[in-house]
Amino acid sequence: MRYIPHSDDEIKHMLDSLGVDSVAELFKKIPNSLRLDRSLKIAPGQSELELLNDMEILSEENLNNWHLGYFLGAGAYSHFIPSAVDAIASRSEFYTAYTPYQPEISQGTLQTIFEWQTMMCGLTGCEVTNASMYDGASAAAEAALMAIRITGRKRVGLSRGLHPNYRQVVETYLSGLDVEIFLIDLDKGTTSSIEICDKNTACVLIQQPNFLGGIEPLEEIAMTLHKSGTLLVACVNEALSLAFLKAPGSLGADIVCGDAQSFGVPINFGGPHLGFLSTRKEHVRQIPGRLVGQTVDGRGLRGFVLTLSTREQHIRRERATSNICTNQGLCLLMATVYLALHGKEGLRELAQRNYQLARYARERVKESDRLSLKFEGPSFNEFVIETQESVEEVTERCLAEFVLPGLSLSEYYPELGSCLLVCVTELSDKQGIDRWLALLEGRNDK
Amino acid sequence: MTSKTNRTRIDAVGNATRGIGYEEPLLFEIGSPNRKGTQLPISTVPEYNAEDEFSGESLRDELSELPELSEVDVVRHFTRLSTWNAAVDLGLYPLGSCTMKYNPKINELVARLSGFSRGHPMQPEQVSQGFLRLCWELETFLREISGMTGISLQPSAGAQGELAGIMMIRAYHESRQDPRREILVPDSAHGTNPASASLNGYKVIAVPSGEDGILHPETIKPLLNAETAGLMITNPNTLGLFETNIQEITSLVHEAGGLVYGDGANLNALLGVSRPGDCGIDVMHFNLHKTFSTPHGGGGPGAGPVGVADMLIPFLPTPIIIKNTEGFFELSHDAPLSIGRLHGFFGNAGMLIRAYAYIKSLGANGLKHCTEMAVLNANYLLKRLSSHYHVPYESSVMHECVLSDKGLEETGVTTLDIAKRLIDHGYHPPTIYFPLVVSGAIMIEPTESESLEGLDRFADALIAVREEAIEEPDILLTAPHHTRHNRLDETRAARNPILRFAKEDSGP
Amino acid sequence: MSNSDNFPKELYYSKEDEWVRLTNDRATIGITFYAQEQLGDIVFVELPEPGTVLSAKETFGVIESVKAVSDLFSPISGEVIEINEALTERPELVNENCYGDGWMLVLRISEEKQHESLLTAAEYCTLIAEREQS
Repeated sequence: MRYIPHSDDEIKHMLDSLGVDSVAELFKKIPNSLRLDRSLKIAPGQSELELLNDMEILSEENLNNWHLGYFLGAGAYSHFIPSAVDAIASRSEFYTAYTPYQPEISQGTLQTIFEWQTMMCGLTGCEVTNASMYDGASAAAEAALMAIRITGRKRVGLSRGLHPNYRQVVETYLSGLDVEIFLIDLDKGTTSSIEICDKNTACVLIQQPNFLGGIEPLEEIAMTLHKSGTLLVACVNEALSLAFLKAPGSLGADIVCGDAQSFGVPINFGGPHLGFLSTRKEHVRQIPGRLVGQTVDGRGLRGFVLTLSTREQHIRRERATSNICTNQGLCLLMATVYLALHGKEGLRELAQRNYQLARYARERVKESDRLSLKFEGPSFNEFVIETQESVEEVTERCLAEFVLPGLSLSEYYPELGSCLLVCVTELSDKQGIDRWLALLEGRNDK
Repeated sequence: MTSKTNRTRIDAVGNATRGIGYEEPLLFEIGSPNRKGTQLPISTVPEYNAEDEFSGESLRDELSELPELSEVDVVRHFTRLSTWNAAVDLGLYPLGSCTMKYNPKINELVARLSGFSRGHPMQPEQVSQGFLRLCWELETFLREISGMTGISLQPSAGAQGELAGIMMIRAYHESRQDPRREILVPDSAHGTNPASASLNGYKVIAVPSGEDGILHPETIKPLLNAETAGLMITNPNTLGLFETNIQEITSLVHEAGGLVYGDGANLNALLGVSRPGDCGIDVMHFNLHKTFSTPHGGGGPGAGPVGVADMLIPFLPTPIIIKNTEGFFELSHDAPLSIGRLHGFFGNAGMLIRAYAYIKSLGANGLKHCTEMAVLNANYLLKRLSSHYHVPYESSVMHECVLSDKGLEETGVTTLDIAKRLIDHGYHPPTIYFPLVVSGAIMIEPTESESLEGLDRFADALIAVREEAIEEPDILLTAPHHTRHNRLDETRAARNPILRFAKEDSGP
Repeated sequence: MSNSDNFPKELYYSKEDEWVRLTNDRATIGITFYAQEQLGDIVFVELPEPGTVLSAKETFGVIESVKAVSDLFSPISGEVIEINEALTERPELVNENCYGDGWMLVLRISEEKQHESLLTAAEYCTLIAEREQS
């Protein structure tokens, strides 16, 4: 086996030193009745060559050659990833390291996390950001749990504009606790009737931009909620929108969470992505997950350590703020490199480009006699269109031409049965959008 | 290879030495205005003014918190930072219970194939068949390895798998109109066990291990009653010992109407040798990192699939991957008793792909060989060290062994100092102060990746550190000496938390 | 560590390692020298709001060092009338002077003779001596 160094002679030498005759003897503590008396039914091990061939076949069974034909977002976004991101993420010193429990020999990871925390505080408009969560959905659930701890209240409101899968994850996480979850409906594509919240409501989760691409009036919502002491959790799953829209924290959101997969993390069939959670300093002891803080060493040299760990399960056990025991370290590294490469100007330009391309697509849909925009309000890079033909027919036609036209919404919002959720990013261009439109309209002049 | 330290030359101990060490400030302290490291294609669409439809107040101003750097600046910055990390690819990383085995390079390559890395989780099933087939086959492998009958690949990490497992136990009892309130957790368990139980609203009842480090039916029996929802058990346990009474224990819990959760953290000690499903475990998680070589990534991402016995299959998270009669793979949400969804999509697919590649590379014999060599390595190390360090539980171990700092009281040296001094000898320290049942624990897991000469060198280093502790304790109390930073002030970090860069904090 | 100099005679002690100083109907409460030494460098103290009514053995807060966390238990019953705000900024006062500047809260005592069930300095010293032996 190529990953195991032991030769037969070495094995014999080691067994001799232990005074046993065979490797099997090392397992004598396992009662006979519990020992597997046969081989596992798994095929013999493969060489690298055989494995690579098999894997390439499996890979090719997934269509991925979408070129300019990628109009699907819905919580997992296709953006261009600069080659330096993977070059850094492929350094073994990062990806084969453990959690930085020994700070003297983990400063690379620790400083990276500190840089991430800093940039995400700026982008979200918050004072504290943790060292990441599993994904946006679990970050939303953890944010709700955190709000319950802060307020001591037992009701949680979810906007219907929150990603439907995220809503399910929040429900799963809260199912073991005595908490009531209620839904807040949408009106013309944005969250309505916030006034149903009362002094028993811990928090309301609002996605920005919402699942349908609508821009929520966060500032107004925050003011209404704060009257009853209810916290606003703003959930952002297209993180690039943070470079386009005003920071949710600066508009009054108490917790900002979501997924930063857009920042250089491959879409990867949905994971690993990069959950994040940011909040005000006053709530820092209620944050789940890891935090990195600045300090000095014995010589006064600046350095970084994991800090405020007493919140976590390895110390507080059943009373920890969460049972989470990892972060998404390597995805966080990718995002930190991505943000550093783009910087102040680059990220803004990229967000602008997404807006411009999506706006072009929206303007073209407005002009179409076979398609229409479902909602009137503005949007960033995602929006809903209504088709005259059935969504299934349109989708089939597009798939045949290697175009992913968007997400059919009927499964998630029955009232939007003839609608597609469409996302346009910098991967597209005018030609690609025109071709997509022609396919949707069923015109041949593509 | 030297087993003795030359104590007059602190710069050359063991296999660590000094190369060029680079200074590197924070991202925010380098660069120059208007620099950037990316370039967009030329725009092909008209220039629209966002303020036509947005009020100016809702749009973002300057992103003043981001740096301004070229690609060269960024690559050098992070490459330099990388040199400050210890890593498996640099040397033995003997963290007990964390299983820092070698991460094969082919796994990295295949996970990056564009059919996987660019696949969208919501693209139609008909264009995702390769990925779904991979998941299906991985489920088959995990069932065979564990003896469980149902698998969900969805949980994002071991701790989330644990959460899912306890949720299924709760859902099972509730479905029988027999809600129960207590979960038994051994004192040697990982902290995630009690935390997962309490997230489910369960009261945690601690179970003491016996003098021999394992659980005994007679200590568990009096704790079982009509409120017992289940027992969480790690096997081999965190002392590296096989729970030899496991069958009797699981029977007792079942008789009391409870279920048994198996923490799969140490499954790497059982591959092809013994199966949790055959020991009476009803639900367990797999740590794909610990057992199936997915890289730890400096803290994640992980993946923590769950396996269940028949009675819990209806409660598995959704969606569920099914193969229809035409051999087509589909995602099913048809599971009315399911605990629901735990991940935004299907889980950490990228990690599933790496684990799948690893299992295919090893095959049945290779998997078993991994376990055997991991156990041989741990026992060999224990043998070499047992005459030098206190061994709290005398027994043959599985894949890891626990020592302690007992006997060094007079020197003032503690486990922490031993750990820090090992760094000077070129090793990442073992897990320390865990499990909690051993005072001053030093928990070592060499894994199967380490060669005989590598083990000998590490044992020599630990023995040398012990000698230093007796003869020259100061050298340990002030260690490490070779690293860019010596010991960091964790108290200062916690008393006055600085959690993001601000110019005024940038001085020491 | 069980040296009696570290445990003033005029105070009462609880088995949970808190001390009580009685002044008329007021009780000042903190943690003992032994407790702060066991915890190590204190980094955070969480105290209740004034006005909170506590009964004996009830938890009133949390104290943290870098790697440990402990509940704080009220040795006697009463209403919190004052808390040591200085501990928010300077939790290290508990290490520096646990019976003085490191005090935690003042209660208005609600059950007069309750302190009689607490330990004297000598009894507390015996208790921790026993703990160290085990």
